[in-house]
Amino acid sequence: MTLLSVRNLTVTLMTASGPADAVRNLSFDIERGQILGIAGESGSGKTMTALSIMGLLPYKGKASGSINFDGEELVGFKPKDLRRVRGKDVAMIFQDPMTSLHPMLTIETQLTEHLRHHRKVSKGEARARALELLDTVKIPDPKTALKAHPSQFSGGMRQRIAIAMALACQPKLLIADEPTTALDVTVQAGILKLLDELRKSQNLSVIVITHDLGVLSALTNRLMIMYAGAEVESGPTSQVLTRPRHPYTQGLIDALPDSGANGKRLIAIEGMPPELGKFPTGCAFHTRCSFARSECKSGTPNKVDIDGIRRIFCTVDPFDTPAGVNR
Amino acid sequence: MKPIVEVNNLSVEYTRGDQKVGAVAGVDLHVGAGEILGLVGESGCGKSTLGKAIVGILQGADGEVNFDGQQVSKIGRGQRDAHFRNLQMIFQDPYGSLNPRRKIGDQIADGPRIGGISKSEALEKAASLLERVGLPRNAVERYPHQFSGGQRQRIAIARALAISPKVIIADEPISALDTSSQAAVANLLVNLVEEFQMGLIFISHDLSIVRRISDRVAVMYLGKIVETGKTEEIWNSPAHPYTKALMSAIPHADGKAFIPLDLPGDVPNPAYPPSGCRFHPRCPLAQGECASREPLHVSLSDGRKVSCILQEAGSAPKTLTF
Ligand SMILES: Nc1ncnc2c1ncn2[C@@H]1O[C@H](COP(=O)(O)OP(=O)(O)OP(=O)(O)O)[C@@H](O)[C@H]1O
Ligand SMILES: Nc1ncnc2c1ncn2[C@@H]1O[C@H](COP(=O)(O)OP(=O)(O)O)[C@@H](O)[C@H]1O
Ligand code: SF4
Ligand code: SF4
Ligand SMILES: [Mg+2]
Ligand SMILES: [Mg+2]
Repeated sequence: MTLLSVRNLTVTLMTASGPADAVRNLSFDIERGQILGIAGESGSGKTMTALSIMGLLPYKGKASGSINFDGEELVGFKPKDLRRVRGKDVAMIFQDPMTSLHPMLTIETQLTEHLRHHRKVSKGEARARALELLDTVKIPDPKTALKAHPSQFSGGMRQRIAIAMALACQPKLLIADEPTTALDVTVQAGILKLLDELRKSQNLSVIVITHDLGVLSALTNRLMIMYAGAEVESGPTSQVLTRPRHPYTQGLIDALPDSGANGKRLIAIEGMPPELGKFPTGCAFHTRCSFARSECKSGTPNKVDIDGIRRIFCTVDPFDTPAGVNR
Repeated sequence: MKPIVEVNNLSVEYTRGDQKVGAVAGVDLHVGAGEILGLVGESGCGKSTLGKAIVGILQGADGEVNFDGQQVSKIGRGQRDAHFRNLQMIFQDPYGSLNPRRKIGDQIADGPRIGGISKSEALEKAASLLERVGLPRNAVERYPHQFSGGQRQRIAIARALAISPKVIIADEPISALDTSSQAAVANLLVNLVEEFQMGLIFISHDLSIVRRISDRVAVMYLGKIVETGKTEEIWNSPAHPYTKALMSAIPHADGKAFIPLDLPGDVPNPAYPPSGCRFHPRCPLAQGECASREPLHVSLSDGRKVSCILQEAGSAPKTLTF
């Protein structure tokens, strides 16, 4: 069942040189209990996509198109209604867990106030639920943890507490924007396992935004790759990562430290990332794409449907060979 | 290779309320001109603290740091003389280290201007550095909040490079970037190391990139270096159980090699470090005596150093299985 359906989402931000579209014509769906990964160029609009679902765009930022969440249209929602949805049905965690935690308040105060803000529960009930939440996110000794301040925990534990906070009102959708970027591999593994368990046990839908293709591979069912505010490729994660069809996706994979051998030099995509407000015409990737032809420079790139479950936006589709991508 | 940075018995104690937190506990390390040292370890093990102590911006640091023949004294960032400006740090948190109210260009130009060049030249330099890290030249005119996380990380890198330092300590400099931008920035750093014989301490939790670019690695656990040596040798045969555990937890893009190895729990609170070997409560190979006896930091036959009773001084590294 589809929980979130985004259609033709465009996010316009105010920049020094006037309004500019940071997200362009984006469409995607998330089913219940599914984990969608979003990866792509730094600055390609991933965070802005997430913030538009949360109704938290920066000052003067505007979303248009449609964001249908569980039957309700969020674009054009009144602030009062957005507040009802945000934090309750949709919750978000950030790279820096301190974004969602207050440094001076105990974990107990933060969790119970958050709960009581959204639900009519007694203090006692809120405390019981807080303990349960800390247990869910595997904080050892939840009773002691309730009395502590965020500074008394390590980065990994703080991220778990931020997840507990996000889960407090049993959201249907959790958006995690680089949840493990600041964490090392062992702690990261624990957080990933936790997210996956929550998906299974609570039928939670999750959007994970990360640059870490390993994390995406381990955790997500579907993957969307973005460049210059738009989707370039999407499909089942394993297929996209092992047999990419879009030249930009291929570039991301070629850049991984364990691919290619050229001493210490890694393989970066040639050229500069496009600048907001000055995206190239046609296929925005044409200035850096080694397969570009003249027809890539104007119009919109062709949408190529692959087996009904994948798609790319590329006029040339250079890897559509009988043997597939041969690397 | 003569070291350009040499650290002897460095310790850092933070005060947290009435607790003393030994975040770095007696570290020795060195990096040569033209060399890349990778510093790895779980979050909270003291990597950032060690980096800051090396550049001399921490109160409560004890021990000796020599940079380019002179001892780094514990002086404030504002007052350091020209000599120590050649030792730069790229901070882990690009939000905290950039001033939200000043234009990007002015912030990058500060360093070169103290070095004596005119404002317009310094701004020109800032613009071309921004270009080298993959940002538009006109970013000089803008403020930090107008950039995404990864873009701010690149701004912080441009600022550190602005004064052509002899040594850079880069704390997680590329963790918030997409793989292609990571590759571009890593290549830029490697170029600077090779071209100008810069020394680089590369702090990262991404072991696959550390493996690719560093000449040597130092593995840190709870304030101490537990293993250090040539990168390839350590990768081929980790001699410390913690090194091995870290390496087996790397997720790979094909999803197959993802073995979230269960090291129970997080790094313990450094305010109460475990007795004996600090890793013993989480070590899958711990022996009875590990809880009481602290292992010596010994040299093995291939030149690496390791602190674990399973390894014998002067011998080849023994293979660990778990
Ligand atoms: N407050 C703002 N005002 C103007 N432009 C902004 C603002 N915040 C972000 N931008 C720009 O919008 C674009 C998209 O930003 P966004 O934060 O969504 O990127 P991202 O894909 O999340 O990148 P990263 O991977 O680096 O976090 C970028 O070009 C960024 O510079
Ligand atoms: N300003 C501070 N005051 C008190 N404790 C701190 C401070 N900064 C870091 N710590 C503690 O010191 C330890 C090492 O932290 P840090 O150097 O940031 O580790 P890493 O960079 O390896 O993640 C952690 O337990 C951390 O909580
Ligand atoms: S449309 Fe053209 S420029 Fe764009 S990715 Fe495809 S081949 Fe490259
Ligand atoms: S000394 Fe003992 S506890 Fe420490 S790493 Fe070696 S085997 Fe494990
Ligand atoms: Mg972002
Ligand atoms: Mg750190």
